[in-house]
Amino acid sequence: MSAEAHATTLGMDHRKLAMWTFLGSEFLFFGAFVSAYLLYLDTTAGGPGVEIFDIPFTSVSSFVLLMSSLTMVLAHSAHSRGDLRRMRLWVLATAGQGMVFLGGQVFEFTVFYREGLELGGSPFASSFFVLTGFHGIHVFVGILLLLSLYTLSLTGKIKPNQDLKTEMIGLYWHFVDIIWVIIFTVVYLIPEIAVLD
Amino acid sequence: MSTTEAAEATDQHDAHDHPTPRQYVNIAVVLAVLTALEVSTYFFDFGVIAIPLLVVLMIVKFIYVAGWFMHLKFDSPIFSRMMYGGLTLALVLYALTITVILLDQAPTL
Repeated sequence: MSAEAHATTLGMDHRKLAMWTFLGSEFLFFGAFVSAYLLYLDTTAGGPGVEIFDIPFTSVSSFVLLMSSLTMVLAHSAHSRGDLRRMRLWVLATAGQGMVFLGGQVFEFTVFYREGLELGGSPFASSFFVLTGFHGIHVFVGILLLLSLYTLSLTGKIKPNQDLKTEMIGLYWHFVDIIWVIIFTVVYLIPEIAVLD
Repeated sequence: MSTTEAAEATDQHDAHDHPTPRQYVNIAVVLAVLTALEVSTYFFDFGVIAIPLLVVLMIVKFIYVAGWFMHLKFDSPIFSRMMYGGLTLALVLYALTITVILLDQAPTL
């Protein structure tokens, strides 16, 4: 089949367009949860509220996730130059940082649970755990995608000229990061500062 | 050449317009500094500007990641429309939810 056969009405790859459409819809998905969280911010039912957050700890996690976007984009950059060895290195670094972030989230959830913030304890707790939990699931899926990319590249199933695959996974990963940029500010920092004031 | 390979060959050609690794590192440094500034609002009293500052920093970080790391700055504008379209819908959803709740709580005659 010739390259001409792949020509699209929009003049761009449909797979990439599909990924962007998916990511656009994901904003609505997280938007609903962020809305719910902000609406239920004060409904703690006598249980712990935003004062339970450990901002220094979450700041470190946020920084790790932000830097994972750098290693991800470096992986894509290496792949687009045909350097698969370096691409694999950056992909592993990204997955590793994702695991650190996820480990931090598990630790944070455990501490919150021990301090009385339970999933069904109050509307505030439910909206917090559902929002950040779904984000954590997205990070977990991203790690699986990255490890699959690494394995497929190692076994020769991904070629140096197939950098679109790395780019697609990269788009997903950056999206997960960008959602955390919003969550960190809207869910953690702003309510915490409002309480301190 | 297969369909997929042809498409990927085209993508690889487009990728040459993307930034260099050094530029990516520079963007990451900017993002790190902005994050440090965000976190500093927790440790130091910024008064009334704290929350507006946090919102501005969040938007700037968002634009940097989307524009440079997700290549929206260099790719087809249709991808930007997809992303900002979804974001706009999310904001509209939030505004509608707030409106419904406020109307629900409004005193009635």
